Amino acid sequence: MGELPKNIFRFISFILVQVFILNKIPPLHQFVTPYLYFLFILWLPFKVSRPALTFIGFIFGLSLDYFTKTPGLHAAACCLVAYIRPFVINILISKEDSGYNYTSPAPSSMGWSQYMVYVFVLSLAHNFWLVFLEWLQLRNFLYLVGKIIATTGVSFLLIMITEGLFFRKQKFKTNI
Amino acid sequence: MRNVFLKIRQYFNLIFFLTLQVIACYILFHYNRYHEAVFMGVGGEITGFINERYNNVESYFSLKKTNTELMEENTRLKNLLKQNFDIPDTTFLAVTDTIRIDSVEQHRKYQYYSAKVINNSVTSQNNYVTINRGYAQGIEKDMSVISPTGIVGTVVNVSKNMATIMSLLHSQSRVSASLKKTGETGSVEWEGNNPQEITFKNIPKSVIVQKGDTVVTSLYSTFPPGYPVGVVNEIAEQPGSNFYVLKLKPLTNFFNVQYVYVVKNLHKQEQDALEKATNK
Repeated sequence: MGELPKNIFRFISFILVQVFILNKIPPLHQFVTPYLYFLFILWLPFKVSRPALTFIGFIFGLSLDYFTKTPGLHAAACCLVAYIRPFVINILISKEDSGYNYTSPAPSSMGWSQYMVYVFVLSLAHNFWLVFLEWLQLRNFLYLVGKIIATTGVSFLLIMITEGLFFRKQKFKTNI
Repeated sequence: MRNVFLKIRQYFNLIFFLTLQVIACYILFHYNRYHEAVFMGVGGEITGFINERYNNVESYFSLKKTNTELMEENTRLKNLLKQNFDIPDTTFLAVTDTIRIDSVEQHRKYQYYSAKVINNSVTSQNNYVTINRGYAQGIEKDMSVISPTGIVGTVVNVSKNMATIMSLLHSQSRVSASLKKTGETGSVEWEGNNPQEITFKNIPKSVIVQKGDTVVTSLYSTFPPGYPVGVVNEIAEQPGSNFYVLKLKPLTNFFNVQYVYVVKNLHKQEQDALEKATNK
């Protein structure tokens, strides 16, 4: 499958999984909301230009907002994730490194430890921004901190499970 | 001038990102239930369509529970029927009214529409319920919505075949309610944390409240009066205040609400017009 149809398919399935499976789970605790959908942005190919990446993040978040009826909330968080993604990648793998020879970020292209840092930083950014914007409407500091930590932990765990379930083989790109 | 353009090109990514953030935050904070129509318009119908498809499958899983609930409600309503009551006094005869115009109908205040829930959330801080009835079926904004066991919320947005309801579990939701036993009126709100717990405020400490007391909608609420809201679960006394803060367990099970009734207050227009004219 080409990159474009593959990503369109992922776009739709991540939204549907988030809306119809993860959001339907009865809350285990008031702090725990499982978020997985933004993994779509994490999986986008390296070569997507930065404005395009930011814009895709915005549109992706907004589509989820249509389902959850929270206009702008997920859009803002996804936009942030998409914007800081290139910075995080630049820090984790240098330009000369093998990372850029692969199509998209994956444990097999970045190495497990780098990939885990990548996932952790971006899910923290996503959940921080999301919970912070929610908190501005209902102020409670303990709620803010507790929810950021708990949701990030759950997101991280879910992403690692998904990574284990759907192994993505990364082809090595050569110039030939 | 050239430098300005150069700077813009240099920081294009950052500017683009900030613009999108500002747009997102703007629609988030300037959005309330009155702006909903603009945002939801076409998108609402599309997501509603997908939700309906999904619900077609999902509703089978709770069929048994829904049936039991409907049976219970039927039993309760059957018990209210006229023929269940025997009139011992023979001087009063029950005569069937043969006049065409229903004399009861003129005084009808509430009209009920049944509807099926096609989408529902409990996990966020502002929760909404979507139902499969819209203005084509007579649903209007600000109508109240109840389930067989308790109140659900208020209609905030209506499209042709669907309507969204601001659930009781919404940070802006306020319902006027009173204690069933003594009749003191207060306001029911949601703190935004636990979907199993709503807050009942403004009950003076002079009232004796016990755990397990029922709270019903008050005479002044938009809901039909006397309809169950919740059961007192925890009594918290605020020091330095003359009022209790009561924690209620809502009687509607928001986790699996399937069928609801939308209630139209037929006197609302007249009441609103009169009150507006008085306040002028």
